[in-house]
Amino acid sequence: MKFGVLQFPGSCDERDAVDACARVGEAELLWHRDPDLKGVDAVVVPGGFSYGDYLRAGAIARFSPAMESVIAFANAGGPVLGICNGFQVLCEAGLLPGALLRNVSLRFHCEQIGVEVVNADTAWTRAASPGERLSIPTKHGEGRFYAPNLDELEANGQIVFRYAAGENPNGSERDVAGVCNLQRNVVGLMPHPEHAVDALTGSTDGLKLFASAVAAIATH
Amino acid sequence: MRARVLIRPKEGILDPQGEAVVRALPALGFNGVSNVHVGRLVELDVEDESQLEAMCQKLLANPLVEDYEIQTVYS
Repeated sequence: MKFGVLQFPGSCDERDAVDACARVGEAELLWHRDPDLKGVDAVVVPGGFSYGDYLRAGAIARFSPAMESVIAFANAGGPVLGICNGFQVLCEAGLLPGALLRNVSLRFHCEQIGVEVVNADTAWTRAASPGERLSIPTKHGEGRFYAPNLDELEANGQIVFRYAAGENPNGSERDVAGVCNLQRNVVGLMPHPEHAVDALTGSTDGLKLFASAVAAIATH
Repeated sequence: MRARVLIRPKEGILDPQGEAVVRALPALGFNGVSNVHVGRLVELDVEDESQLEAMCQKLLANPLVEDYEIQTVYS
């Protein structure tokens, strides 16, 4: 089981993502200019400020050669996880519904928060239980999830994560923290599971997402 | 031609930047200001203006959350 972690100019969480993946499988970095995904079994689009967040967060990264390959990989059913800026990239690429807007507070929030698993039947949450609360850091200025069809997303089970009551850092409607596509192989979330994989930093709850992908590949 | 693309948050979508401006102006003594929206301005020289619409749809704006308006600065 091999994970590929995309790296754009301006990515800053790709090393932690590789470290997190390497705790449950093999992992390697994939450079944004290279369309070859090196035969990986799952792809992580990490956090950071790809292409300087120019124009809109994720808008330019979406057109990189590696992303074109990731779009084809996702459409063929491959597991893809977008974290923070990676979530923004996947929304811009049309792999996930909605968009991420400026935090209501207009402030960059950085804190450890509670994240509730709403849908444990996706490629990236099957090692968790529905309703389980994970302790994971968030750090973003543009994380307010918006979709005009939230009722439809709820009905389809596409809301994967919510912020615990009273801990929503960005003002997203219905406390949405993460969503998936209809096929449930592509998941995006604003909190950073790759920063919660070692007891040294307070929580290992983030490992569940990466372990889920291993389980998803094993049963595929 | 030289084109100007005005991009603004779609009506009905919360615009915290606009609200921050509404709150800040009275503090400087400017009263009677409401309904402020903060957007983006893109100016560009284009050889084929028929492509502007597609450029907006694909990259310059996110039509899910933003409206855009294409203006001609000069032909």
